[in-house]
This record gives sequence, structure tokens and C-alpha cells, in this order.
Amino acid sequence: MYETSDLRKGLKILYEGKPYVVADCQFVKPGKGRPFTRTKIKNLATGAVLEITFFSGDRIDIPDLEEQTMQFSYLEGDNYVFMNTETYEQVYIPAEALGESRNWIVDNLVCSVLFFEGNAIDISLPNFVVLKITESEPGFKGDTSGNTTKKAKLSTGVQVDVPLFVDEGEWIRIDTRTGQYVERVKK
Amino acid sequence: MGRRALLARARLLRDIRRFFDRRGFVEVDPPVRVAAPAPEAWIDPIPVPRGALRTSPELQMKRLVAAGHRLLYALGPVFRSGERGPRHAEEFTMLEWYRARADYRAIMTDCEALLRFVSRRKSLKVGHARVRLSGRFERRPVVDALEAVGVDARSASDEAYSEAMGLRVEPTLGLGRPTFLVDYPLSQDALARPSPKDPTLVERFELYVAGLELANGWSELVDPAEQRARFERDRERRRMLGKTVFPLDEAFLADLGHCPPCAGVALGVDRLLMVLLGAQDIAEVRLFPDPT
Repeated sequence: MYETSDLRKGLKILYEGKPYVVADCQFVKPGKGRPFTRTKIKNLATGAVLEITFFSGDRIDIPDLEEQTMQFSYLEGDNYVFMNTETYEQVYIPAEALGESRNWIVDNLVCSVLFFEGNAIDISLPNFVVLKITESEPGFKGDTSGNTTKKAKLSTGVQVDVPLFVDEGEWIRIDTRTGQYVERVKK
Repeated sequence: MGRRALLARARLLRDIRRFFDRRGFVEVDPPVRVAAPAPEAWIDPIPVPRGALRTSPELQMKRLVAAGHRLLYALGPVFRSGERGPRHAEEFTMLEWYRARADYRAIMTDCEALLRFVSRRKSLKVGHARVRLSGRFERRPVVDALEAVGVDARSASDEAYSEAMGLRVEPTLGLGRPTFLVDYPLSQDALARPSPKDPTLVERFELYVAGLELANGWSELVDPAEQRARFERDRERRRMLGKTVFPLDEAFLADLGHCPPCAGVALGVDRLLMVLLGAQDIAEVRLFPDPT
């Protein structure tokens, strides 16, 4: 069990049976009244954010969380199948649990999988991934419209903005935190 | 801490002493380690061998008032375990002063004069607020302030009271001019005496500047039986919460029996410096941070 004085940014807690991470917290103590900590907590599975007040003297449960390094194997229907490369154990993570992360899941991607009470609920992506452009109109030489970028569709189906000089079939590096093009990669 | 804050801090400490010395107050330095801190449900002392570090010098100062000293002040460190944040440090510098044969109104008048004396300005700029110090400070009954946000101060639970006060009332106080919240419900009685006009309230005030609580004072309860009952109630609450319960200060309760009517206040010196400098975090005005 945690006490309210343990609350700080980044602490993982169990709230109403769900795992959360503390995104923001502020200690408030009016006069000689009961102190409390005003928090914003983010659901580790859904990303939903709640504003919750914890009063001094409240006890806060510790969630049963575990992280494992795993490799993406294949897509089966709506499930992403990851494998532990040491034990060969496989887990199925439903697409909706991954949210926008699934835009950046490429073959053989190695990432950290988060388990809550034994079920995989989320993954932590590396900051950068390399993906192939599957569709993009050629950029015009002498385009005078002022555009410096164009749309490109990547192997995972997501569309991003890329510079005009990048072509279909080429590989690019993406920053997964912003979802933005970083550079062209020779493969 | 920068040189500006260090010098401002030194000047503030000197100005405080000058203010009280000129008015005939006597400076005292009660012990920092005490065997029996005043029991409070929500203030946790830091235990040390044979006692705890003081959370306030209040009990010792009232014993000195009971011994016949009429005008006293103390300036020094106090310690409250677990209180950390932009407005809290576990160790902070407290100013307390006491007047025998006076009530909380005289102490509020002292607060007005002290703020004007140490600021040397007509107004203070804190964040977006410009707080005028020249006129009389606002006096606002706690019951009214809470009613304005839909909370009944007399019947609210501890939690509802704290949350409404901390999130909805305090941020609105002391913006145009400093505000005294006055006349607290019995649930927030501390060591204050009941109001002769309304027995459901106590003669207690808190001073706010730009949403920040600077001081907390009251007309002192000098009834030893009532004081013992409150101490026992608060010790029982600590026991229920699984917190350390310190012994009763029997010497204090004995002295209280011959204490004249008096009033006193505790003022956070670091917070006063925050509003003087427009600082947003207490760390900007303390010389060193608490040990982590």
C-alpha cells in the first residue's frame, strides 16, 4: 500500500481496480484542515485521464504490473501477436488496446510489453522506428504552389507528411512520440 | 538560491525583529525539541530521541504568557513531516507573537502593520495579482466564503471542507487587497476560544495574500478542562489513523489554568518572502532544500 505522501509524478497506482500512472500531483493543505493531494491520473490501458483527490490518511493500492521485452511476430485478425524471444511465449494484444501505437508496429519490432494482473495491456515503443512508404505521388520539380511536403502511406496503413523528394518504396524514420517524419533511410 | 533572495531574506528577518522590538515585544527562543507536541490530527511531528521537533512554539509561548510576560515573539524553525510542494517545506521558518489581555482583533491589526512595515511598498505584485496594502485588509467570515461555493461550513465533512477551502475558496482570497478569513466553525477549533457572540464558531483568523495563506491566529483558549478534552479528542483521532501519539503536555495544561486572556498568531516567514518577491515556489526563498 502507498500513502498519499508517496504520490508523485510517474508513480503507478491501482484505482478502482484499474492501473493508473500519476501524471500530475499537487499537495494542498488549507489551514489546519485535512491535507489532500490533487492528482491527474492516466489509465495505463486506455490512456483516459481522471482528476482525483486523495486525502491524507487514505491508503492507495499498488497495481500488479510487469514489463517484458518482446518482439512483434504477426497480425492475426485484430490481434497483434508478440513473442518473448527467450521463452517463446506468445501474447495476443487486441488492436484497440494499442491505440495509435499500432501505426508504428513493424515486423520484428522489439518493445516493452506491459502486463496488468497477467494480461498484456500496452506496449512502450522505441522513440524511433523505420517504415516503408507503400504509396505516394511523385513530388513535382518546379512545384510553385508553395507546398514543401506531401502525403505518403506507410506499410502499416498510416498516412504521414513527408518532404517532396521522398519516393514510394523508400524507407523513412519516424519519431513515434510525435508521429512525424525524421529522415530518409537507405536500406 | 540567488543573491537577491538571500539578501531579501536577511532584510526580512531584520525588519521583523525591528518591528516587534520597537513595539515593546520581547524575543524568546523556546526549545526546538519538545517531549509533547500539541496533538493535531493533520500535522505530523518528526520524532527524535525523547520527543519530537516542534511543529510550532505555541505551547511554550503560552506558558510564558501564563508566567506573566505580556508581549512576546519568536522567530525560528519548525518541522512538519511529509509537507512538501511548491508552498510547503518540511522545515520552514515561523514567526509567532502573543499579546496578553488582547483578542484576535488586535493581532489582525498587528498583521496589517507588519505587512506594510516589511514590504516598504503600497502594493505587491504576485503573479497576475496586484495586492494593495495601504487600506484596511478585508475581513471575511469563513461561513460566508464557503457558502459562496455551496458548502455549509458548520456541517461539512472534513474532506468536503478541505477540498472546497483548498481548491475553490483560497485561490480567490487576497487578490485586490489582503483577506482575513475570520470566525471558524467548531470543527476547525484548533486552540482557539469559542466566540462569545456565536458558540458554534471560534475566534480564529487566517491571512491570505494572492491566494497564499500567510498566517493563522486566534484568541487563545485558556480553559484547561476544555483544552484537555480537545487534546484527548485529537490524540484519539491520531490513534484511529494509526499515527504516533505523543504524551499530553501536563505542564502546559497546568500553566493554562492561570493564563490571562491572550491572543497569538503563527506566520510563515518563507511564504511572506514569497509574496514580497513574487516567488511561485517556496524553494526560491529558502537557503537549502529539505533532505530527500
